[in-house]
Amino acid sequence: MYDLADGLRLPTNGLDYAILVIYFAVVLGIGFAAKRSVRTSLDFFLSGRSLPAWVTGLAFIAANLGATEILGMAANGAQYGVYTVHWYWVGAIPAMVFLGLVMMPFYYGSKVRSVPEFLLRRFDKSAHLLSSILFAFSAVLIAGVNLYAMAIVVQALLGWPTWVAILVAGLFVLVYITVGGLSSAIYNEVLQFFVILAALIPLVIVGLKRVGGWHGLTTTLTHSHGHNFMTAWGGTGIGASNPLGANWLTIVLGLGFVLSFGYWTTNFAEVQRALSAKNLSAARRTPLIAAFPKVFIVFGVLIPGLIAAAIVPKIGTPGSNLTYNDAIPLLMQDLLPNGVLGIAVTGLLAAFMAGMAANVSSFNTVFTNDIWSQYVKRGESDAYYLKFGRVITVIGVLISIGTAFLASSFSNIMAYLQTLFSFFNVPLFVVFIIGMFWKRTTAKAGFWGLLAGTVAAMINYFWIYKDHIVAIPSDQGANFVSAIVGFVAGAVVMVAVSLVTKPKPVEELAGLVYGTRSPGMEEPPAAGDEAWYRKPALLGTGALVLAAALYLPFSF
Amino acid sequence: MSEYQHEVEELEAKSATAARLFDIRRIIGGLFVVYGVIVTVAGITASSADIKKAQGININLWTGIGMLALGLLFLLWLRLSPTPPPPSPDEQQK
Repeated sequence: MYDLADGLRLPTNGLDYAILVIYFAVVLGIGFAAKRSVRTSLDFFLSGRSLPAWVTGLAFIAANLGATEILGMAANGAQYGVYTVHWYWVGAIPAMVFLGLVMMPFYYGSKVRSVPEFLLRRFDKSAHLLSSILFAFSAVLIAGVNLYAMAIVVQALLGWPTWVAILVAGLFVLVYITVGGLSSAIYNEVLQFFVILAALIPLVIVGLKRVGGWHGLTTTLTHSHGHNFMTAWGGTGIGASNPLGANWLTIVLGLGFVLSFGYWTTNFAEVQRALSAKNLSAARRTPLIAAFPKVFIVFGVLIPGLIAAAIVPKIGTPGSNLTYNDAIPLLMQDLLPNGVLGIAVTGLLAAFMAGMAANVSSFNTVFTNDIWSQYVKRGESDAYYLKFGRVITVIGVLISIGTAFLASSFSNIMAYLQTLFSFFNVPLFVVFIIGMFWKRTTAKAGFWGLLAGTVAAMINYFWIYKDHIVAIPSDQGANFVSAIVGFVAGAVVMVAVSLVTKPKPVEELAGLVYGTRSPGMEEPPAAGDEAWYRKPALLGTGALVLAAALYLPFSF
Repeated sequence: MSEYQHEVEELEAKSATAARLFDIRRIIGGLFVVYGVIVTVAGITASSADIKKAQGININLWTGIGMLALGLLFLLWLRLSPTPPPPSPDEQQK
């Protein structure tokens, strides 16, 4: 899936390696420093619900900003041009704001420790077990994808054999998560966020100089790739054809609503960061604080992708030996001198490790709290579950090393990940949204909605699209459509099942359904949370307005 | 309040709370100061080939200064609003 061209070996020297070695040392240092703060299972899995909002907010964005995202989105930039902004401005910000403003009070306020646990309280054991197993499975799988992608990239750029890269990165993640738990993962994510910025910003600056600034870039690409390449909406009318293979309706509904809400609001690897915040206000602000960097990060990946398309107009076509995924490595090789090059290599490796660590640290939580302590060994002491969490972390990392080889049939990493998300997260989002807002939704409806949505999305993708029953122009376009199909199927089945089964008694739903509150869960606001810049509504509206305003210069 | 909510509250009270024991700002600040110095020195001693490669910009110098400034900002922030002290033993007994 992830072939980098052979000629991309980076001219690294001792200085670059020194920068890399310092980073690895700090990562381990954080792990062992965090060990002292792990006393209970809650410390290990949720950082004791004690972290400030800026830390959880940056970790929230960094958990998403893995290297697959960075290289994959730059690849989208080189392939589809400015359409890439849709994955950010319509495909992330609204969902993040919705999570912070609407859903977080239910998640954090009900004191559940994971996303599947919410299903257990709202629905029943069958929905809970199904979603826990699906999540554990996909988390390990995605951790494996990350590890494999990293090994390929490291082999091409640094010349390390694949197995060395897998072992080194896998082992570092293993040690710092097993020892320090979620705090260690989160602190490393915050650090990685800044290192990634320190890598992308110089790349953008030097790259723009290379192609004659933004104006020169626009002129070159409009000439070589056409006007629509530099617009967000050009050529997305229904029936018009564009390289993305999607129209404005599938972009807004499929990517912007279903896929993005499914990913950001129910993916526990993300939500876990918010659940580790120190109080409800900090938990609500977590995705909102993350939304502001998210709005701008698109420029750090899109512009390198565009520059690569301008420097090598044939990139990704059969006539070129470079693939779209080579966009960022190519610029690193051509433009960065030793020193900044070391920072960029460190940033990429850090992003790979953080992407994997986010999945491992959410996997161990769900496996321990939702599967093991609910269905296998109930009622053990907290020390037992803490120890079990560490053991399962080791096992999880070992399994992801094994799954690293599953991911070999898709040309574009993002398409692969989004295919998975559309099968697991979309139906989950349907179940949440209907369960949270419609009291009448019954326990049985949760399970059947989840199952029907997942199966429907898979049928659409693997049968209707892959077997060409209906022509959809590209993998990305098919993802968007599969997501919409999964959403509708899940919703229809949930409503139908709810109408013929008995709802849960209202008193069991306190704090889990819109318009109810659990008794005794009112938290007094912490000192300073009344400040205007900490108001969730203002932060959320600000992020939405900013994303909408940024569309303007790219819409015509 | 249901049983699992009590359990989470009890654990929260017993927690050692990462935020109190060590502060990420010190680590970000420290690492960026070190990186800033290394990269700035690489910028000061940059060869003309390095500068030519980066399209005539001494990118090491500017990135180094930027990272150094960010590192110092974090350390300053830590100085201005220090980490809350770890809870005293009696507080933990509660």
